[in-house]
Amino acid sequence: MKQTILITVVDREGESHPLEAPTDMNMSVMELCKAYELPVEGTCGGMALCASCHVYVLNDRPLSDPSDDELAMLDSAFFVAANSRLGCQLHIREEMDGLEIKLAPVGQ
Amino acid sequence: MTQQVTETDILIIGAGPVGLFAVFEAGLLKLRCHLLDVLPQPGGQLTEIYPKKPIYDIPGYPSVLAGDLVQNLLEQIAPFHPGFTLGERAETLERTDDGRWRVQTQRGLEFLAPVIFVAGGLGSFEPRKPPIDNIAQFEDHGVDYFVRNPELYRGKRVVIAGGGDSALDWTIFLADVADELTLIHRRTEFRGALDSVEKVHALAEHGKIKLVTNSQVTGLQGNGQLTGVQIEHDTEGKFLVAADNFVPLFGLTPKLGPLADWGLQLDKSAIEVNTTDYATNQPGIFAIGDINTYPGKLKLILCGFHEATLACQSAFKIVHPDQKLSFKYTTVTGIEGLASTPAL
Repeated sequence: MKQTILITVVDREGESHPLEAPTDMNMSVMELCKAYELPVEGTCGGMALCASCHVYVLNDRPLSDPSDDELAMLDSAFFVAANSRLGCQLHIREEMDGLEIKLAPVGQ
Repeated sequence: MTQQVTETDILIIGAGPVGLFAVFEAGLLKLRCHLLDVLPQPGGQLTEIYPKKPIYDIPGYPSVLAGDLVQNLLEQIAPFHPGFTLGERAETLERTDDGRWRVQTQRGLEFLAPVIFVAGGLGSFEPRKPPIDNIAQFEDHGVDYFVRNPELYRGKRVVIAGGGDSALDWTIFLADVADELTLIHRRTEFRGALDSVEKVHALAEHGKIKLVTNSQVTGLQGNGQLTGVQIEHDTEGKFLVAADNFVPLFGLTPKLGPLADWGLQLDKSAIEVNTTDYATNQPGIFAIGDINTYPGKLKLILCGFHEATLACQSAFKIVHPDQKLSFKYTTVTGIEGLASTPAL
């Protein structure tokens, strides 16, 4: 089993950050961004309750389906698109190797 | 002009779990507390964001619902009769000539205390504002982020946006009040309470409201006062709805707010404190709970409880500089005012 995979995060200025992501730490994409000090707030701590980790999924990788909580939160978020997800609900797994995401704009 | 001034020993800004528990620890030292919070009810995030979620790391509770923990804390501090000012945001802070601190709220309420505990968590909860370019210029001129007084919408043309419970509930309530009511939602389905969703669909079928789904508000029109709301449908393009009021209801989000300008040493959005007593760089001002930072900081309620406890020890010395403090166990001394506690 691969211990680390590659996840590329495009920040709000359009810069790509290829990040080494551990698969054995039960980490989410939100936590990964914070660990690399990318501008992701993760205000609610990962409960799908604030949408401050809103990202767009840019390529096709097997991701878990969004829960009702995540969909409900996305209903209250802005700049939502068909490929919107909450980073805190994307738990890093080996199959996600090569995933590319973009940080959504932050609201007012 | 006469102003209401509240004087207390410790003004606690933020009535979340840590602010509430600070009242208990202060109460043991006979320090009076007053709590100030922008939210209309105590409990902070626990009440506002996740009242029905379990917390597993409160010592002595294998599991406790966030809302229940707040109720228990309120019960625990009741013997000390804390004051509460809710629904008010602390705006300004200044030192008085006698060395106390004066805090004013946005509506001009004034508080005087020698000690301030900033227990503001993530900051003050503010409505989430939709990203519409000119929305700020219509705030209080047709755009409201809360329904404060439903009567203000009587006979008006009102557009509500949002898909959650509060958008649904206010749509149902204002359907009979407003002259015309339009509900805009980004998707087809609503995730609010099933009963409310059914009511909204029924109102739309009977022509009492206009329901516009798969759409977002993208622009506002008016000259000083709102006159119209521009709506963009996912596939059918843009159209304009004449409106006197636009009420976007997208929940609340925390912002550090005015605290950022209080001369407190900040690291990102957190207040730097020492770990002896969680004092800030300003004398008499302590920061406890999620809002503070120090080497090794963990944003946990249980850590906030500890921080509040130690801060109270130093608060006592500021409030009563001429008195000595002797450490007591509650098991030995009981809680004054608590019926089940044996009298001393």
